[in-house]
Amino acid sequence: MQTDFLGTSLSTPLVLASGVLGNNKAILERVHDNGCGLPTMKSIGPAPRDGHNNPTVIDLGDGMINAVGLPTPGYQNMEAEWAELEGRNFPVNASIYGGSVDEFVRVAEFVCAKGPDFIELNISCPNSDQHGMIFGVNAESSYAVVSAVKKVIDVPLIAKLTPAAPDIGAIARACEEGGANAICAINTAGPGMVIDIEARMPVLAFKKGGLSGPMIKPIAVRCVYDIYRSVSIPIIGLGGITTGADAVEIIMAGASLVGVGTAVRYRGITVFNQINKELSTWLANHNTTLDEIRGAAHPDLETAHRRGK
Amino acid sequence: MITDQKPVMVKVAAKQVHSPTFASLYIDFSIDFKPGQFIMVWIPGVDEKPYTISHHTPDRFAVTIEAKGRFSKKAVALEQGDTIGIRGPFGNGFTITPKTQIGIVAGGCGMAPLAPLVDRLEAEKNSEILFIHGARSRQFILYPDRFSTLRQICTDDGSQGHKGFVTDILEQEIRTRKEAGMPGLDLVYTCGPEIMMHRVFHICEENQIPCQVSLERYMRCGFGVCGACVCGKQVVCKDGPVFGSQTLRTMEDFNTTALLKSGQPVALDQYASWRCQ
Repeated sequence: MQTDFLGTSLSTPLVLASGVLGNNKAILERVHDNGCGLPTMKSIGPAPRDGHNNPTVIDLGDGMINAVGLPTPGYQNMEAEWAELEGRNFPVNASIYGGSVDEFVRVAEFVCAKGPDFIELNISCPNSDQHGMIFGVNAESSYAVVSAVKKVIDVPLIAKLTPAAPDIGAIARACEEGGANAICAINTAGPGMVIDIEARMPVLAFKKGGLSGPMIKPIAVRCVYDIYRSVSIPIIGLGGITTGADAVEIIMAGASLVGVGTAVRYRGITVFNQINKELSTWLANHNTTLDEIRGAAHPDLETAHRRGK
Repeated sequence: MITDQKPVMVKVAAKQVHSPTFASLYIDFSIDFKPGQFIMVWIPGVDEKPYTISHHTPDRFAVTIEAKGRFSKKAVALEQGDTIGIRGPFGNGFTITPKTQIGIVAGGCGMAPLAPLVDRLEAEKNSEILFIHGARSRQFILYPDRFSTLRQICTDDGSQGHKGFVTDILEQEIRTRKEAGMPGLDLVYTCGPEIMMHRVFHICEENQIPCQVSLERYMRCGFGVCGACVCGKQVVCKDGPVFGSQTLRTMEDFNTTALLKSGQPVALDQYASWRCQ
């Protein structure tokens, strides 16, 4: 299921969601070998950061709640990993974050020189009070970050959005106007909280955390649907995608690529190949193609508009 | 049962103090279990860390904790009646296949995951066990009276048994068996400091003996999603923590590299000193 995305040929339309597994080249490669067309690195930040104490990730059965807290060696301390990635035979999406427009720019410029195939701006993480989501809930600040970073990088820019935005379509449009080449939606939902009634306290050390997995899929589908109607750049749709049928659903909402994260918990690293197979089987059984079903849930929009993405 | 979602709150049913630094916490809970698997132990308000199950019966299990860092010092200070949260069991555990000559090589608190394996092997009575156990000194030898199998003890300071390394004894035993025309080891299980396990693995490789080692890395989720514990392309909490010879041969980070909490890869000794904070 070779897929062209912003000029890069991907072996499959599946993307590894940022924050899942992507801690070194070997595991990114393994994910790719298991059917992921575009592995995403863990978000790279402006300074070394440990993230939160445990518990940080809890499975709730129909999804997870997590507040890992953006751990990063810091963009200046990853030379060994970049050196390893240099000889790679798969594309890499570098997720980055900052606490200000200046920090985003500094990290993006540095990271871009290391040769990732894409840079994804994490303006949507709920698990830090100084980074992430504070940018992505506001159209002006989203535009400010995207347009400033766009000026200093020469690889395609992906803006990763939060479902916490009151009007995610407007945020996506601001990112497109700022120069984003694609939208990735959604980051974790909420934040939510789980209190242990015996311990009488929140389970997560950070107290609140982002929700992911099947429980948020309807939110993800709605967000991708809204974004598709607001922008003309392609969308990476994710949020609870666990099966081929889930992938079909979010593609019909408007996604060009499909992200997978929490499903690794439920189906293992081979989840990518499983979804690819289920997706191809579905397409074959319905005698259709990815291009044909993309945005199919928008019958009022022109087919040309749909195919153009 | 398996309780791998939200932590289940349980009370410490009993506590056994082995030495000033080692204690076992017993929990009356029926947990599914295979030797070598681990649980996440949550002390509310402190932290949550992985611990192997060191003792297991149908309605009770224990974790054995060495007081080293901030969390483990709090954990060994827990008393009967205190409440903790548990998630698990996680990980693959040791692969147990019928073998006749089994080697068990334990170093320090690496005895903890091996202990229920020895219990199992002793109960099954299918195998002869070569049991080597090393520690810093006599008081760090865990479970001195637990097993019927005779242990060959070694200590760094010579306060009990051979003064030296477990690997000295392993090599000598392999050589002696070979020279005497006795059956060699069919499989070696090992847990302890990574440098020790690496040496054990290489001795096994030189002698064509399959080996299973139990690795430790900083962990968060426990179920193979967050990536904090990756060792090369292996996810230690999910693919491991037990790895066999075939995987170990291609595992470049074995005995060389581990990730800090930030995700920064560092040399193993730097990681070890950070883990003891």
